[in-house]
Amino acid sequence: MHELSVTQSVLEIVLRHADQAGAKRVTQIDLTIGDFSSIVDDSVQFYFDILGEDTIAKGAQLVFHRVPGELRCWDCQATFAPDGRNYICPSCGSVRVQVIGGREFRVESIEVE
Amino acid sequence: MKVPVVEKILSLNDRLALENQALLDAQGVLGVNLMASPGAGKTSLIEGTIDALQGRLRLGAVDGDIATSLDADRVAARGIPAVQINTGGSCHLDANMLKNALPDVPLEEIDLLLVENVGNLVCPANFKIGMHFSVVIASIPEGDDKPYKYPPMYTGVDVLVINKIDLLPYLDFDLDYFKRGVAVLNPDVVTFEVSCKTGEGIPAWAGWLVEQVTMHRAATRPQTK
Repeated sequence: MHELSVTQSVLEIVLRHADQAGAKRVTQIDLTIGDFSSIVDDSVQFYFDILGEDTIAKGAQLVFHRVPGELRCWDCQATFAPDGRNYICPSCGSVRVQVIGGREFRVESIEVE
Repeated sequence: MKVPVVEKILSLNDRLALENQALLDAQGVLGVNLMASPGAGKTSLIEGTIDALQGRLRLGAVDGDIATSLDADRVAARGIPAVQINTGGSCHLDANMLKNALPDVPLEEIDLLLVENVGNLVCPANFKIGMHFSVVIASIPEGDDKPYKYPPMYTGVDVLVINKIDLLPYLDFDLDYFKRGVAVLNPDVVTFEVSCKTGEGIPAWAGWLVEQVTMHRAATRPQTK
């Protein structure tokens, strides 16, 4: 449900940058979204098609560049992906690990005409 | 033609959040964002905090819900100013909603503003509202796997309040497993174990709030207090 507010923000950013570039139409929007950001791609596209209806971004294709979640072990320095159940290091069994990737949440670029 | 953007998606919300914080700072008010799943004890913690801080701090509250003013009514019954935000279906508070509610809060008459977010462990994590501290309230009946299942919520908070600890003997809640999950995401989080029902742990939480209000006031030096 927060995808609605997120999509409003995406549209605001896109229209502002398209305007600055003197664009007549936005055809593609590239987003970088980390897996820890809890955003559902289809839902954002769904809201975008409604919100963008009367704008120059109408019909634009949203492209989601997903960044997988990544953790690093403090003890053995191994990096690994979360398995969803636990955050224990698969190499040494340590529980002292930190999140190093997967929090990205930005509009990367737009394609305009 | 490709136009580079590289802008955080919620940058507008983040800007409004900073404006909210500036409003609070001007009056030397400390703001706290309370987040949790429905039924974890957000309103109960506010009630317990009001009672514990009686005569020590002047409190105000903003309560966010999809509908009804039940929560603000409960809080107002304790004799503090309480403003209800009805989000009309939205699953979280955002900076703009709080901005619209702040004029109804008598900031010049309070020291501490407790904002009760909409009951939800997912969406509120994405939206800063301009409070100085973010708190997640976990409760024992929810289960010990919540940090693993809702990492964004546990990642972004400053304080973890574990509520309903009086129920630990009756439920299969592995406190170590729970805390390990939190420590990975958020090693510096300040943790309080409380029971709003028995009052256990509430004085430590209330004492921490007093300390933070005192430090914040020293840092902001409001003219009016």
